[in-house]
Amino acid sequence: MKSTVAYGLVLTLILSGCTTQRAVDPLPTPKVYGTQIIEVSGGKQIGGVGSKLSDPLVVQVNGADGNPVTGALVIFRGAGLTFNPSNALSDSSGQVSVMVQLGGIPGSYQVLAETPKSSGGTVSVPLREIALGYQEKLGKEVSEKYCTVCHDPESTPERVSNFDNLAPPAPHQFTDGNTLNQMADADLIRIIADGGPALGKSPQTPAYRGTLSAAEIKAVVAYLRAVADPPYPGAKGK
Amino acid sequence: MSLRNQFGSVARFFIGTAPRRFASVSVLLALVSAIAPTKDLFSQWRHYQRLYVHLIRNRPDAGRLEQRFESGIRQIWIPEQHVVDRCSTCHVALRETTLADVRKEPFRPHPPMPHSLTEFGCVVCHHGQGAATTVQEAHYSTKAWEQPILPARYLESSCGQCHMDVLEGTPRLNEGRRLLARYGCAHCHAITQPDGTLVVPVDEPPSLEHVAEKTTREWIFAWVKNPQAYASSATMPNYRFSDQEAADVASFLVAQSTASENSRKELKSVAAVSGDGAVPAGTSLYGTLFCSSCHAIQNAAGNLVGGDLAPELTRVGSKVNPDWLRHWLQAPQGYDPKTRMARYRYDEKQVALLSSFLMSKKDDDFLANVHLAEPDAQSIARGKKLVADYGCTACHRVNGVNPPESFAPDLSRIGSKPLFQVGFIRGMPETLPDYIAGKIHDPRAFGPALKMPTFSLTDVQVESLTTALLAQTDRAVTMPPELVRGASHAKYHPGGDAGRLMEDLRCQSCHTINGNGGDMAPDLTFEGSAVQRTWLLDFMNNPNTLRPALIRRMPKFNLSDAEIRSLSDYMLSAYQAPGFDSQALEAGALNADAAARGKQLFYIKYVCQSCHIVDNKKDKGYVGPALTGVGDRLTPVWIYKWLKNPTALSPGTLMPNPNLPDGETRDLTAFLVTLKAHQKGGPK
Repeated sequence: MKSTVAYGLVLTLILSGCTTQRAVDPLPTPKVYGTQIIEVSGGKQIGGVGSKLSDPLVVQVNGADGNPVTGALVIFRGAGLTFNPSNALSDSSGQVSVMVQLGGIPGSYQVLAETPKSSGGTVSVPLREIALGYQEKLGKEVSEKYCTVCHDPESTPERVSNFDNLAPPAPHQFTDGNTLNQMADADLIRIIADGGPALGKSPQTPAYRGTLSAAEIKAVVAYLRAVADPPYPGAKGK
Repeated sequence: MSLRNQFGSVARFFIGTAPRRFASVSVLLALVSAIAPTKDLFSQWRHYQRLYVHLIRNRPDAGRLEQRFESGIRQIWIPEQHVVDRCSTCHVALRETTLADVRKEPFRPHPPMPHSLTEFGCVVCHHGQGAATTVQEAHYSTKAWEQPILPARYLESSCGQCHMDVLEGTPRLNEGRRLLARYGCAHCHAITQPDGTLVVPVDEPPSLEHVAEKTTREWIFAWVKNPQAYASSATMPNYRFSDQEAADVASFLVAQSTASENSRKELKSVAAVSGDGAVPAGTSLYGTLFCSSCHAIQNAAGNLVGGDLAPELTRVGSKVNPDWLRHWLQAPQGYDPKTRMARYRYDEKQVALLSSFLMSKKDDDFLANVHLAEPDAQSIARGKKLVADYGCTACHRVNGVNPPESFAPDLSRIGSKPLFQVGFIRGMPETLPDYIAGKIHDPRAFGPALKMPTFSLTDVQVESLTTALLAQTDRAVTMPPELVRGASHAKYHPGGDAGRLMEDLRCQSCHTINGNGGDMAPDLTFEGSAVQRTWLLDFMNNPNTLRPALIRRMPKFNLSDAEIRSLSDYMLSAYQAPGFDSQALEAGALNADAAARGKQLFYIKYVCQSCHIVDNKKDKGYVGPALTGVGDRLTPVWIYKWLKNPTALSPGTLMPNPNLPDGETRDLTAFLVTLKAHQKGGPK
């Protein structure tokens, strides 16, 4: 009898040592429910594969009167992404702020921030973050050096944009998916390599064949595909 | 008893007689020899190869993919680099670019990269155990193999094992290396790079040998307690001293201070600048002298405005002694011979105005609550011990305390540090990258007695520094020299009288010459071939910028005519590009007809005005330098050669290489040389 108890005890100890189940934090209980969830900031950030994004992702939960509500539960989901924390109650300004770590594969990552409704079900807001692999990172560096001064109308403390100084037609921003998604890789490569006139476009785009290597030009195209908004659907007709 | 009987009868059944013994051993042998084939049959890699065959069966290019697929163990073997990588046994589709849409491992094709798969194999970049053929052994730490796969966010560190140059594809590594030098890590830690040289710090911790002339004990106390409270951009780390310790350090530093060369000079009072107008006049002088090219000041919105080459001046009025400041502005080297600040030839009025502006940049709250007891001998002795113990003299010069030797661990091979040597904190992930990042983020968390101070770094900066340190592997340190790329060992300093003058003006704080110097201002290596003498003399006298959009500009040095002539003539003769003497253009080619054609090319065909201003009224582009007066500034040969291939004269220039035919280049040159400053009412 005694030995059975002893064996049982030992067995339990061994089994408890073997168990791999991790303690899962239970979801906090919402204090209130909202009717709407909106993005405040932190969407469409760009980072290297596997890295933490520099700014937090912030969403806000509003009530039926359109004012932010405090204590509403927000859950973040996104395949391949790590959120810290992955769920939280909204703060005094109705907001929840989480840090996002990108996955190891380059490309777009979809985020869904959702909050339960009092009537059951949830409301959610879709968000997007962008992970750059080696090629896209190279493209980003090259375009920030040579391209964005004309293609990005925003000035920064380090760089004054030349966008407004140009004669029409205005350069397309690299995020302008509506236009650039229509163009084939080969055409974009030709414009960068041989300048606008190569495709009957403005000579304001100079030829970069003598400056950038073929790999760098390809990288610029990969980068603008990665940041396209709406997202680039992928090469057609393959 | 019955148990023993049963065992006995079973034993007799198998080994009772000789034939039975033979049969039993034969069966056993057959079973044992079947173990290996069975394990192999059910191995993980066969499982993945079967899945792959299944995956490609229904794809449009199935035939081609199947033809290219080879079953069995695959291996990349590079004996001279000790690479035996069997990763492609499971990662079967690394070269199949048509599978770009596949996101399921291990079947993704390798994303585009600068090397071919067989050039270096896999583990040189990704780490892990290359020869392993199970998922666990290849990717994770095991007892026999400590180094797991490197997380994707630190992957750029692998490039740094060979590459010393600043690669465009490795922004994190570049930033990390910049921070290693900028934050002075190498003052305490020796870090040998792949080319065998040590990381050289580029921050400039000031000498403290005469610190009592410059500031007060109270300021030192407050600064040491929290440097970032004084200047948000300060790189000085926080030592987490107690109030008593900080007070002791301040007592000692003031006590050891001796008189500087500057203190023996006399200051004349300047009556004209004592009134209310002094501060506004000093403010505008600060602007026109372009102090902000190097120094930053926080504006009302809390943003730093200005450069980061020199200390932030937001609260400088709460720090420095006004007499020290005036001496400093006249002759910085008289206080600190190693300072990067130039000796500007300010007159006494300029010095007085600048110092009244700077003394007005104060924050009365900063020292409001600092009340220190009178320093006594014990406090000073304790302070001296702290300064020695915490290695303050690894960065700062202090009288009576020598710089420590091998003060902190050598980090040359930190990227290959064996995990059994690492003291992890309980609860942290036990990997090398996490350890390095944790140590940079909060060193004292690893033990309160540790001396390493806390730096104020963002998460992204910590990740960048970790990337740079992870590049310091055994492989990097033992890299054959022929594989190391882009190492630069230029130590060029100009010689002679002009060299002494350029040293005095600290030209190389901002300009690079022959591979040595700062990167804020244009490279002057070929300046003598580029510019005309008259223009250079004018420019030295009154440096006005060529780039309207540039925020940082050359400051005014107030040089004498003799100094300007000496400097200009030295540059014109010493800084020549190779092959320029024999390349004189035929004078006849640059005629009016050619200029007219060149103007058409400039405005219509190549739309150069998108980036360059020629006509102040009409043109607006300001990516490149303004070309008003370029005919006075640049030599025709330089213009011609520049248009032919700008990258050859200035690697990394933004100017795209237009691949112009010779005729067009001549015509454009002819047009540009007609652009004279006086015609456009520009500076004479």
